Amino acid sequence: MHAETATPNPKLIVKDLNFFYGKERALKDINLTIPEKMVTAFIGPSGCGKSTLLRTFNRMYQLYPKQSATGEVLLDGQNLLDKKQDLNMLRAKIGMVFQKPTPFPMSIYDNIAFGVKLYEKLSRNEMDERVEWTLKKAALWNEVKDKLKQSGTGLSGGQQQRLCIARAIAVKPQVLLLDEPTSALDPISTANIEKLVDELKQDFTIVIVTHNMQQAARISDFTAYMYLGELIEFGDTSTVFTNPKRKETEDYITGRFG
Amino acid sequence: MPTFLQEASHKRQALLDILFRNLTRLAAFTVLALLGAIIASLIVGSMPAIHAFGFGFITSSEWNPVTDQYGAWIPIVGTLITSGIALLIAIPVSFGIAVFLTELSPRWLRRPLGIAVELLAGIPSIIYGMWGLFVFAPLFADHVEPWLNDHIGTWPLLGPFFSGPPMGIGMLTAGIILSIMVIPFIASVMRDVFDVVPPMLKESAYGLGATTWEVMRNVVLPYTKIGVVGGIMLGLGRALGETMAVTFVIGNAHELNKSLLMPGNSISSALANEFTEAVGELYTSSLIELGLILFFITFVVLSLARLMLFKLAKSEGRGA
Repeated sequence: MHAETATPNPKLIVKDLNFFYGKERALKDINLTIPEKMVTAFIGPSGCGKSTLLRTFNRMYQLYPKQSATGEVLLDGQNLLDKKQDLNMLRAKIGMVFQKPTPFPMSIYDNIAFGVKLYEKLSRNEMDERVEWTLKKAALWNEVKDKLKQSGTGLSGGQQQRLCIARAIAVKPQVLLLDEPTSALDPISTANIEKLVDELKQDFTIVIVTHNMQQAARISDFTAYMYLGELIEFGDTSTVFTNPKRKETEDYITGRFG
Repeated sequence: MPTFLQEASHKRQALLDILFRNLTRLAAFTVLALLGAIIASLIVGSMPAIHAFGFGFITSSEWNPVTDQYGAWIPIVGTLITSGIALLIAIPVSFGIAVFLTELSPRWLRRPLGIAVELLAGIPSIIYGMWGLFVFAPLFADHVEPWLNDHIGTWPLLGPFFSGPPMGIGMLTAGIILSIMVIPFIASVMRDVFDVVPPMLKESAYGLGATTWEVMRNVVLPYTKIGVVGGIMLGLGRALGETMAVTFVIGNAHELNKSLLMPGNSISSALANEFTEAVGELYTSSLIELGLILFFITFVVLSLARLMLFKLAKSEGRGA
């Protein structure tokens, strides 16, 4: 599962990224390269800035006044933080899934079709096909194929979260951001999502924020350990977990702190 | 504490609890009894009119105290049309206010704007009426109604509704004043329900690349529809029953006109205007029956709203 390959293609390159909540500096000079079609995990104690870092990748922070970022985040060489970058097109390329399942208050079918309709004009048939393709990709098709017209909010928590992943991949993004996607789920649903993530990395570059170190060890190829807004260590997951270069990382992953 | 004392205190507490429970029950049932009593007295009071005119009371547009002939059609239509105009204006404006206050407004502006909207709800209706008659109606007659006559008045289908002498008072004016009065109710309810939409749900939609409009239209509105419809119903209830402001500006004429610029009448303003001069049993009784009809309309509107929400929830397959 872990990447032993020589040099994977870089997908996202973070350069000298700083992030501010008002005057408070929440990310400090982050430099990081996220490889294509791999799973990269951000770990670290609460408040270390891992979710904040994730939210700069699709500029979600722009919804809120007084939050700002400086530096560069390059997607295939294009700076996402550039003001000229079309925000909606950017978010079509970078999908996101949140801590809690957030199905829209509409049918399962429409949950998937919602994002697709924003960018593509598909005929009824094409849309049906897209919904089926998406739900199959998200390993949800067999469970919901007979109730596509029912509300997405009627599904179980784990199914809802897979619906949210499906919704995100329906628009065929290049990068998938997962912000603690299993923190509200039971162990079985968590295992399902982890399995899904492992399959999805064939098609998408995945960045996952997690509180759960075992989860990071299980599913990621690369791991970034963050603490107090700084990137302490970044590397191959097996190296970070078995032979960390920095003492802070070792303390955290051995459970001596955090 | 000795055991017998403890037991006594337990008993006392149990007794207090029973007393408390019955008091709350009494309060709740008093409301029901009052409602029943009001309906009953309205029915009893309107009996002479019901006997005299039967069902024809509702469909007749005759209203003649001299010949003692009464029909409710004109005020019913007036009530429905003025309230309809009010909602037609108030719903989109309130939606705009609520979206601005919850999504777009800078933080420092939110509180003062929100308070201003709520203060609008606190203005006594008689002040709206006076303002409508002395300030709004002349302005409307001088600047808006001639324009309506010249432009929309010449259209084939809509034209007749917007042509007529520019008097300032009339159905359209009443509807506009009513809309100003119900906007604070609808807007503040909408703002409150928009505020409780989980940020993560909105972020999910923004995260797919949706615009503010798409997020509001497709995610926030469906999520909050029960509250939104509730707010609209609150506004409609207020508009249907509003008396003072309407009485000032509607013109109080028992006439049925195609034109919205012409004066008309609504149930509540007919009641307010005519009760003092109603002589004779049949006249009074007819007015009471008007009141009963207003009660009935409000009741039907609220029931329809409930039914609509129920059907919506069902068609979505919620909880399936």
